[in-house]
Amino acid sequence: MPRQIHLAAHFPGVNNTTVWSDPRSGSQIDFASFVHLARTAERAKFDFFFLAEGLRLRELKGRIHDLDVAGRPESLTVLSALAAVTTHLGLAATVNSTFNEPYEVARRLASLDHLSGGRAAWNVVTSYDAFTGENFRRGGFLDEADRYTRAAEFLRTARELWDSWTDRDLLADPAAGQFVREGAGEFAHHGRHFDIHGRFATPRGPQGHPVIIQAGDSDEGREFAARDADVIFSRHSTLEDGRAFYKDVKSRLAKYGRGPDELKILPAVTYVLGDTDEDAAERAAEIRRAQVSPQTAIAFLEAVWGRDLSGYDPDGPLPDVEPDLGEGVSKGRAQFRGDRAATVRQWRALAEERGLSIRELAIETTARQTFVGTARTVADRIDEFVQTDAADGFIFVPHLTPGGLDDLAEHVVPLLQEKGVFRADYTGPTLRDHLGLGPARTAEETS
Amino acid sequence: MTHLHLAVALDGTGWHPASWREPGARPGDVFTAGYWTDLVREAERAALDLVTLEDGLGPQSSVPLAFDHRTDQVRGRLDAVLIAARVAPTTTRIGIVPTTSTTHTEPFHVGIGIASLDFVSRGRAGWRPQISPRAAEAAHFGRRVLPELAPADFGTPEAEAFVAGLLTEAGDHVEVVRRLWDSWEDDAEIRDAATGRFLDRDKLHYIDFEGEFFSVRGPSITPRPPQGQPLVTALAHSAPIYRFAARGADVVFVTPHGRDEAASITAEVRAAEAETGRTGAPLTVLGDLVVFLDDEPGAAAARLARLDRVDPLASDAEIFAGTPAELADLLLDWSAAGLAGFRLRPGVLPHDLTAIADGLVPELRRRGAFRDAYAEDTLRARFGLPRPANRYAAAP
Repeated sequence: MPRQIHLAAHFPGVNNTTVWSDPRSGSQIDFASFVHLARTAERAKFDFFFLAEGLRLRELKGRIHDLDVAGRPESLTVLSALAAVTTHLGLAATVNSTFNEPYEVARRLASLDHLSGGRAAWNVVTSYDAFTGENFRRGGFLDEADRYTRAAEFLRTARELWDSWTDRDLLADPAAGQFVREGAGEFAHHGRHFDIHGRFATPRGPQGHPVIIQAGDSDEGREFAARDADVIFSRHSTLEDGRAFYKDVKSRLAKYGRGPDELKILPAVTYVLGDTDEDAAERAAEIRRAQVSPQTAIAFLEAVWGRDLSGYDPDGPLPDVEPDLGEGVSKGRAQFRGDRAATVRQWRALAEERGLSIRELAIETTARQTFVGTARTVADRIDEFVQTDAADGFIFVPHLTPGGLDDLAEHVVPLLQEKGVFRADYTGPTLRDHLGLGPARTAEETS
Repeated sequence: MTHLHLAVALDGTGWHPASWREPGARPGDVFTAGYWTDLVREAERAALDLVTLEDGLGPQSSVPLAFDHRTDQVRGRLDAVLIAARVAPTTTRIGIVPTTSTTHTEPFHVGIGIASLDFVSRGRAGWRPQISPRAAEAAHFGRRVLPELAPADFGTPEAEAFVAGLLTEAGDHVEVVRRLWDSWEDDAEIRDAATGRFLDRDKLHYIDFEGEFFSVRGPSITPRPPQGQPLVTALAHSAPIYRFAARGADVVFVTPHGRDEAASITAEVRAAEAETGRTGAPLTVLGDLVVFLDDEPGAAAARLARLDRVDPLASDAEIFAGTPAELADLLLDWSAAGLAGFRLRPGVLPHDLTAIADGLVPELRRRGAFRDAYAEDTLRARFGLPRPANRYAAAP
C-alpha cells in the first residue's frame, strides 16, 4: 500500500499571502468564514484545521503595519465553537509558551479535547521579544537563548498536568458515593522555569494529550520536535529541501526511542489550479502580483534596508541609498535575520541583470506557489513529495478567505483518493486516529 | 408591569453538593459538550436572558479559601470560555456569560477571548470577572505567593487589605479589557485598493494602560466585537465589590436574604455608584437565589431535606424550596423592593432548570412579568444598553 498523505488547512493568516483586494475575499473575522473553511476541510476529510497566532499587531517604522490583513480571534475560543459545527476535523491552536502559564494552557487544551471529542492539537510556539511582551504582565522577561528551554519545560509541565489524571479517575458513581478517585489531579513540578504544585482540576481528555505541533527550523527547534512533537510544520516546500529536511528530522527520532511514523512532517504550502498547466501558471503570476501591491513592495524592501523608502517609485529602480544595518524597522513578525547587506547586494545584482523594478524584484523574490497546474498535475506532485520522502503531507495556506480551499477539496482530493493515497473517509473519531499516532506518550516517556 | 430579567447560573450538576447523586442527574457527562449544550438550549427554550458559567483555576472545595480532599462531591471543570464558545453555535438568542480569573489570567488573553466569544455568538457574549484569593490556587502558577487565610481571619484588617488589593487589580484588569475592546474603531478595516491599505491605522489605538500591577500597550489583535462592549457582570456581597461593579460592570448579582435586604442592598449599590462617580446607565441589579422547584406543595422542601441529609448545602445566596407559583410570588415581591430580576442557581440539574422553564416561566408570563419570546438580538440590548460609542473615536 502506498504511503498515506496527511492534509491540513491553515486559516489565511496575517501576511501578504492573503489577497484581500480580490472581490471574492470575505471577512477574516466573522465566524461564518471560519465555518466555511473548516467545513470545506472536513468535507475533504482533512486531518486538521490550523490557526496561527500573533499577540501584537505588526509594526513597520514604529507604526502599525496597515497593508496586510490583520485582526484575528483568540484561537482556542474559535476552535471550540468550530467543534460544534464539525464532527471529525482536528482543531489545532497556536499558543505561545512565553506569554502563558502551563496550568492554564493545559486546562484549556484538555477542555478543547473534551469539548471536541478528542480533536485538539497545540502548535507550541515561543517568542522572547519585549515588543510582544508589552501586552503582558511580565513584559520582555525572556532571553532569546532561553526560549527553547522554557518551551520544552512548559510542554513537559503541561504533559505532567495531563498525566495527573488517569482515564480511571473520574468515577461519577452515586452508588459508591465517589465522584473522583482519591489523589486525582495532584501534581508538583519543580524546575528552572516553573515551580508549581497543587491539583489539576480538568480530567484527562479523550486523546490523553492533544497532538503536539512544532514549527521551529533551527537545530534546536528540530531537536525539540524530534523529542517531543507529533507534527512538525516546516517551510521546506521544494522537493530537494524537503527531502533533506525530512531525512535530517526523521534521523533524529531513534535516539528518543521513536519510530519514523511517530512524527509527521507537514510543510506549509500554497497552490494554484487551472484548466491547463499554462492557465494555472498565468493565474499564479497574477496572484503574486496581487500579493505584492506597490506599497507592499516598498514595505518589503524597507524591512531589509532598515529605513524609510517611501520616497521611491515602486515601478522604478532599486534604492541607491545604502541600508541602515541597525536595529531594523520591522517588528512583530519573524525578523529578517539573514545578512542584510549581502541581501541588498544580491538583489541589486538580480535587478540589474533582469532589469527589474522594486515591485518586480519583490514579486520575483517572494516565494512562488508550491503547486501550480491542473488538478491532475497538483495531485501527482503532492503524491510524489510524499512517496519520495520529502513530506508526510501538507498544510495548505489558501490565498483567499473563506473560499480558498474549495477547488482543492473539489478537484484535487478526489484524485488523491482514487490513487489510494488519501482517506475516503475518517476511520476514527480523534485527531490521533487521523494522524495514525498511537496513545499519547507520558511526560516520563518524552523527557 | 415591567418584565423581570431572569438568568440561570450553571455549575457542575447543580448547586447542591449532593445533586450529582440524584436520579436524572448526569454526573458522568459533566465533561462533555452534549451536557452543556442540552442545558443551555433548555434555558434558551424558556427565553431566559442569559446563562452564567462558573469557573476557577483549581478544584471546587467545601471549605472557604482552601482546597479540601473530598472525593464525594463534583470536582473538576472545563474552561468556561471554551464551554461558552462550544454552545454558542448551537443556540441563537441566549446570552452566554463565562467566568474568568482577574488574579492569574492575563487581561490581554481575556480581552481577545471574550471578544472572540462575541464573534462566534454574534453579539451574545458576556463576562464575569472574578478574583482568585486562594493561596493554593496561586501555587498553580508559582508567580506570586498569596496569604493562607482561614475562616478565623475573615474581617481582620489584614484579610480586608488583601482582598482590597485583589479588587484594585481586578478593576485594572476590567479597565484593560474594556480599552482593548475599543482599541479598534468599527471602521478601522478599510480595504482601500487605491492606497494598498487594509487598515486605517489612525483608527487603531494603543491603550497604554499603566497601573500598580501591570501595564498593557495594545491595541488588541482582535477587532472590536459585535456588541462593541460585551456585557460585564459581577457577583458582589459587600460594599468594596459593589464599588468594583459600579466602576466596571453593567450587571451586578447580589445575595439578599429577604425583601428588606433586597431593598437595602439595592440602595448600597446605588450609593456605590454615586461614590465612584459612575456615569452612563446604572447597574442592573439581579438577586441570586438557589432554587429547588416541584409542582406539588412541600415536595421541593422534602427533596432539599433529603439531599441535605446526604450532604448539607451551605450557600451565600438565599435558598428557596417550593412550587413555581410560590417562587413567582417571592420574585415579584423582592423585585418591588428594587431588583430588576434574578439569577437563579438550580439546586439540581437538569431537574430545577426544567422546572424553571416549564413551571416558573409560564407562571411569570401569566402574571405579565416575563417575556413571551426574545425580542433583541444582542445581550446588551436585552439589558437596554445601546451599542456604545468607542472611547477612542473622535467626536463627530
